Amino acid sequence: MIPRQVRVKKIFWETEDVFTLELVSEDYPMSEFYFRPGQFNMLYAFGVGEAAISISSDSAKKNSILHSIHKVGYVTNALSKLKKGDVIGIRGPFGKAWPLEEIKGYDICIMAGGIGLAPLRPSIYYILKHRKQYGKFTLLYGARSPRDMLYPVELEQWAKKHDIHIETIVDRADSMWRGQVGVVTELIDYAELDPERTRSMVCGPEIMMKYSIDELKKNGLNEDQIYLSLERNMKCALGFCGHCQYGPSFVCKEGPVFNFSKVKDIFEIREL
Amino acid sequence: MEDLSGVLRNHPFIKDLDENYLKQITGCASNVLYHENDIIFSEGDEAVQFYLIRTGKVALEINGREKGNVRILTMGPGQILGWSWIISPYKWHFEARALEDVRAIALDGECLRNKCEEDPKLGYEMLKRFSHILEQRLQSTRMQLLDVYKRG
Amino acid sequence: MKTISKDSLDKIIGYLKYKGYKVIGPSVRDGAIIYDEISCIEDLPAGWGDEQEAGHYRLRKRNDGALFGYAAGPQSWKKFLFPGKLKLWEAEKNSKGFEITPANGQFPKYAFIGVRSCELHAVFIQDKVFNNGMFSDTYYNKIRKNIFIAAVNCAEAGKTCFCVSMKTGPKAEEGYDIALTEIINQDEHYFVVDEGTPKGSELMEQIESLTSTEEQLAAADDALKNAESNMGRTLETDGIKSLLYKNHANTVWDQIAKRCLSCANCTMVCPTCFCSNVEDVTDLSGDHTERWRTWDSCFNLDYSKVAGGNFRTSIKARYRQWMTHKLASWIDQFGISGCVGCGRCITWCPVGIDITKEVSNIRKSLKN
Repeated sequence: MIPRQVRVKKIFWETEDVFTLELVSEDYPMSEFYFRPGQFNMLYAFGVGEAAISISSDSAKKNSILHSIHKVGYVTNALSKLKKGDVIGIRGPFGKAWPLEEIKGYDICIMAGGIGLAPLRPSIYYILKHRKQYGKFTLLYGARSPRDMLYPVELEQWAKKHDIHIETIVDRADSMWRGQVGVVTELIDYAELDPERTRSMVCGPEIMMKYSIDELKKNGLNEDQIYLSLERNMKCALGFCGHCQYGPSFVCKEGPVFNFSKVKDIFEIREL
Repeated sequence: MEDLSGVLRNHPFIKDLDENYLKQITGCASNVLYHENDIIFSEGDEAVQFYLIRTGKVALEINGREKGNVRILTMGPGQILGWSWIISPYKWHFEARALEDVRAIALDGECLRNKCEEDPKLGYEMLKRFSHILEQRLQSTRMQLLDVYKRG
Repeated sequence: MKTISKDSLDKIIGYLKYKGYKVIGPSVRDGAIIYDEISCIEDLPAGWGDEQEAGHYRLRKRNDGALFGYAAGPQSWKKFLFPGKLKLWEAEKNSKGFEITPANGQFPKYAFIGVRSCELHAVFIQDKVFNNGMFSDTYYNKIRKNIFIAAVNCAEAGKTCFCVSMKTGPKAEEGYDIALTEIINQDEHYFVVDEGTPKGSELMEQIESLTSTEEQLAAADDALKNAESNMGRTLETDGIKSLLYKNHANTVWDQIAKRCLSCANCTMVCPTCFCSNVEDVTDLSGDHTERWRTWDSCFNLDYSKVAGGNFRTSIKARYRQWMTHKLASWIDQFGISGCVGCGRCITWCPVGIDITKEVSNIRKSLKN
């Protein structure tokens, strides 16, 4: 599968090491890039390589797509140096999406950690847009520090203008921080979950997801009421290269979003 | 003044406690209200009470000297503020500040300590409940130490 | 069934070449039987056999002039369908940004001579891998659809063979255009030929042959029976999926990890291992770049690396991944085991780790 070219319409920094690319295409109709919340693209930096990056824009927005990217490796470093008007390659969208249809009618509790808010943002847009089709909507978001918090302005606007209960927390505060301090799991106490009516979507570092799922279960959620998005080494995104295998699953095509009941038996196995 | 046992019974910390003990604890309890930004207790003060938070959020802060006031933990409804009352020399390690209007039940430390000394069964019950909270706090602190969101 | 003389095989090769096939068959090179282009029967390893054991491979001279008197060598046919190094595309910088051009696709029409039953099964397995229901690999499928396959039934089994356990041999049952059984007795050297497809029959019409006699058919049968009853290894496959799934914490993995060098030999010689990586190669000007796909291995440390971490750093975890994938999760993924019992991973392991023995070690550990 060969990357298609897209142009950088805008690049801006969300935090010290997370930046967002807004991408548009002149050569292809933007409808070719339609995606469902939770899916990812393979972004190609010329001569450097590809990285799997989840899509973080509103899936109803038809004229461009956004990718929020953590600058951590060769490829993301190269992507971070792009300027407006530069061209990159893109393949996708790939992977299973968040189950936004199946969970209609339920209370929704989203738990996000760090960059894990990026793949969930399209779901938030979707639920807010179809707000009446869902019950109580809670977003619990934990970040490393106030400065590492993604989309702070948007979080504030959502809380102000929409029917959504948002709790944010940071691991480490600075002297300016007036918000909550601690780990994201502590926020569940404030969500007042009605376990039977709740469906939860979790995304963040795997260790954060592990503790979040434990806490959701303690609050009465069943394994099949919890969805998570896993990260593995996605290279081809087609299920051929083998790198993203997790037990019997190829995360690139059977994930990245999984129902937790599907992976619960292997979730605790070390180095699987 | 209304009997606080009803309010106490609904707090997760007191959940499923024997009625007899509930009555004893109620004897040490009082209703407290703090306004936004009120200091609930200060670092180094004697820990005479602890608090079962009913509404509102509280921050624990430490005087970070040249780092300024650093917030190390926040807590809210259903949670317990303070355990220095149970461990000698009964001094607060942090400053507790109300982030919004806070309603809580204050329990008198000395009163409760005396009751626990008299009735070790009650003492054991209290310690079990507190060690659960301590374990959770320790676990959270470990997770914070893990620095799970840091990459590279 | 038809019987052809040994020399008629030369005619088969000639006819396939005439039909435009690139004919690939076994040859002796660097002290091993390898697969490469052949042009006539003289290129085949006449009179060569091999001896194989865990971590051991030697060619030895046979005294019967057999053309196919050896077991599976270090190479498999996968290198033609799924090349070790394949250019996917190249890109050139231009005023608009850059332009990507797919690699100038050459899709040779191959005829494979001497495909063993286990190897045929390996091809069936990779057929599923490279056609996974959502995506299909262009190169693999373009090559695959035009291959001519001349299978060879095994008359002998190697010391590391266990196709009988994996139900993949020694007799080629399907998926070939023709299947040959080589018979050598005191004064004859001939092949019994089975035509598997119209393409195979069409070829055989051009080749001088006789209808096989009862004796010849019996001799072919005996040869297969000989191979079947002389398997060097066995692997107990009963309940193997749950055995491995349930034993991720077994101490047998620690024992293996003490020996395993994570050299990736087993994955390179395995005819079903399909993992690959991509490399982007840029010239010095920085204006021209190429993307190459290369074989990769779950034994390589970078294999399970992600931004800011690695999911499988210990050798133990990497070996467990390989074996559990091969024998267990493969079944969930593709409905079939990933092992065909060819024994290559045993023979070519520099420290002689034996997959059949390790499975039985896990079974034994449960009995103690």
